[in-house]
Amino acid sequence: MANKRIDEPTGTEFVGHEWDGIEELDTPMPRWWLWSLYATIVWGVIYVILYPAWPLVNKATEGVLGWSSRGELAEEMSVVDQARATVREELARMPIERLPENSELFGQAVAGGRSAFQVHCSQCHGSGAAGSQTLGYPNLNDDDWLWGGDLKAIEYTLVNGIRAPGVDDTRMSVMPPFEGAFDADQLTAVTNHVLSLSGKASSTASGAQLYQDNCSVCHGPSGEGNRELGAPRLNDAIWLYGSSPEQLRNQILNPKMGRMPHWSGRLDPVTIKMLSAYVWSLGGGEEFVEVAEDPAVEVDEEP
Amino acid sequence: MKNRDPSRASSAPPRREGEERDWSVVVEDGRAKTNEPVSSAVAEPEATTLRHEPHEPPRQHLPTKLFEKRTKVHNKRIDGPFRRFKWFVMFVTLAVYYGTPWIRWDRGPYAPDQAVLVDLANRRFYMFGIEIWPHEFYYVAGLLIMAALGLFLVTSAVGRAWCGYACPQTVWTDLFQHVDRFVDGDRNARIRLDAAPLGPKKFAKRTFKYTIYLVISFWTGGAWIMYFADAPTLVRDFWAGEAAPAAYITVAILTLTTFTLGGFMREQVCIYMCPWPRIQTAMMDEKSLLVTYKDWRGEPRGSVKKAQKNPEKFGDCIDCLQCVAVCPTGIDIREGPQVGCITCALCIDACDKVMADIGRPRGLIDYATLEDCEKEANGEPTRSPWKAIFRPRTIAYFLIWGSIGLAMLFALGVRSHVGLSVSPDRNPPYILMSDGSVRNSYTLKLRNMESRPREMEIAVEGLPSALMWTDTIGRDEAARSQIKTVPADQVLSVRAYVIAPEGTSTQEFNFRVTSRDEQQESATTETRFDTPGGEQ
Repeated sequence: MANKRIDEPTGTEFVGHEWDGIEELDTPMPRWWLWSLYATIVWGVIYVILYPAWPLVNKATEGVLGWSSRGELAEEMSVVDQARATVREELARMPIERLPENSELFGQAVAGGRSAFQVHCSQCHGSGAAGSQTLGYPNLNDDDWLWGGDLKAIEYTLVNGIRAPGVDDTRMSVMPPFEGAFDADQLTAVTNHVLSLSGKASSTASGAQLYQDNCSVCHGPSGEGNRELGAPRLNDAIWLYGSSPEQLRNQILNPKMGRMPHWSGRLDPVTIKMLSAYVWSLGGGEEFVEVAEDPAVEVDEEP
Repeated sequence: MKNRDPSRASSAPPRREGEERDWSVVVEDGRAKTNEPVSSAVAEPEATTLRHEPHEPPRQHLPTKLFEKRTKVHNKRIDGPFRRFKWFVMFVTLAVYYGTPWIRWDRGPYAPDQAVLVDLANRRFYMFGIEIWPHEFYYVAGLLIMAALGLFLVTSAVGRAWCGYACPQTVWTDLFQHVDRFVDGDRNARIRLDAAPLGPKKFAKRTFKYTIYLVISFWTGGAWIMYFADAPTLVRDFWAGEAAPAAYITVAILTLTTFTLGGFMREQVCIYMCPWPRIQTAMMDEKSLLVTYKDWRGEPRGSVKKAQKNPEKFGDCIDCLQCVAVCPTGIDIREGPQVGCITCALCIDACDKVMADIGRPRGLIDYATLEDCEKEANGEPTRSPWKAIFRPRTIAYFLIWGSIGLAMLFALGVRSHVGLSVSPDRNPPYILMSDGSVRNSYTLKLRNMESRPREMEIAVEGLPSALMWTDTIGRDEAARSQIKTVPADQVLSVRAYVIAPEGTSTQEFNFRVTSRDEQQESATTETRFDTPGGEQ
């Protein structure tokens, strides 16, 4: 090189670049740096041999070790599944009415039900299971149940759905539309009577008579409802479709009736059991009265 | 400039040919200025300030070396009061470090019986009778503040005593230097052995020495992990290969660092790596004790023979270099206070011995304050070094340090061993019940910090005619309060439902948890009750 000048204090060659009088020296790498570079090259070669490295069209080259991040995930998932397997087996064996007796298993069922609820149920009932009055999805936290609030009733609803088409055992009932059946006065009278059942208005004799003739078969003489038919209670504070006279009139003339899909066949029985336990645990779950009456229900030890 | 030692001028830039000026002293404005260090004990007041005035240093060609090569320290064996004190401190600190995890402390069946234990897995810190939970980490912060203030206190009173006696780097360096002495012999033997070519004998000695280094290092790393798990169990697991990988990695790292820092880096850690010497320079003042050479008494140096011939001319220092030979960091204290001096006072031991041998008074190198040095140099009476410790600054430090300690002890003594945190459900915020009443749901965390299970009563305070129940009982058992058993040393999570009659407005209320035992400890947490009606 023509431009081979030596820096006097260090004895190092100049590179030949200069910026405002500051010149760059061609200082050699420290030895440890060079060796680090060689070490990384060796490491790189070893890595390419051992692990997936070169991306190809569909997948990367497979390393000698056969490791892949997907494989690792699958392995971890199967470990988790295996850990859950015992819980699921126990749940499968345990009849749902005996579940609350085993508080540990019940806790695990509630936890499993919580995550299943977020996936399958929260779309309608909300992530907090509070439902929606404007859309007519019931709140599952409260103590008002259309079709029954014990574990077995909840499980039945989950398995068969409500007014689910094509399901034989689905919970089914229809409230007839009263469009044209009442004149305006009659409608006001019956609406007032329904509101009076929970103390929100005063009733008249004609209203009471109309209610007795048309409504009490399903909703009961004092509005206590009928869970066999899913006929809601009319004498409480909870109104799925609203409690204003206007909303009530609409519901009498053109009743809205909720639907819920059935989950049998779509979810396995254990998941449905866990969902039932979760919904039951939300704070409004009812005691299962038959347990005391029917002590013959036994835990099936050998599935 | 009196008492200029001609030998010291050797560090001044070399004179160049044809140059007549001595560049170590520059005359500017009719005053001589120098870049050379001058002991504050001998300098005249103006000189002390003037010598810092900038003046153009002589142009010179820098040497081409880019770093200073380490000169290995072969410190000589010495005995004396300070060496014995150092032995004592070394013994105590090492015993504390290696022994503490093996002390047992009975805490009943629900807690570990190790006196000092940092239980990371269960998030507890045990120290004898004290148990700290993660949320009480401020006690650890307080301890660290006390440690920092303690260092301030020690530094302002006795200078770098921490560095000289108690610092782990010093203690382990000392330990390894004793190993050197044990295997290779004292200073001269070690210098000879280092210079000797590697033969079978040297190889055997080196292998032996490094084996001892490794054993000590491994022991040091091994003792560290004992603080984080039950020591006897961990030892068994460790050798059975069943301990956590973190244990093996920690031991490996600490073995390596001990081996390197104690066996090879030694004084370089203090001189180049440690920030504390730099901070300490700012913490010391002219009233702080430090190990110093009394140059007004020692200079000019001369051998005993020379001094006998010419008693007026020479000072007490006979230039025997014993102070340099015994120094564990390899400095010459006669050059004045410097960053390499860890004030271990071994040079005092060495010099006192020599002075006793030649019949001169002790204390040519001694603990003294700079203030006393000046007084002594001027022939004024001085105070005893012990009195130098008590002065407003050290007393203020001590009071702050002590009051933090007392405040922490007080807080530890009166702290409650129950705790309650409440998180109300926000989705949905309230639930209308069929009878028109309103229910709110809460997740309560009951904290039991005693190492025994305790019954606790959760009660609703405020919120008239509200009732509560929990997830394990039904609404039919709702009451103003419920009882739960919280396991020993645990947090129990409880789902609580509070129901209030129709017409209740949104309002704040309290949950109170009370232990149902003789302590009757309680904790209260405020939370909110939401209703459809809102606040009124």
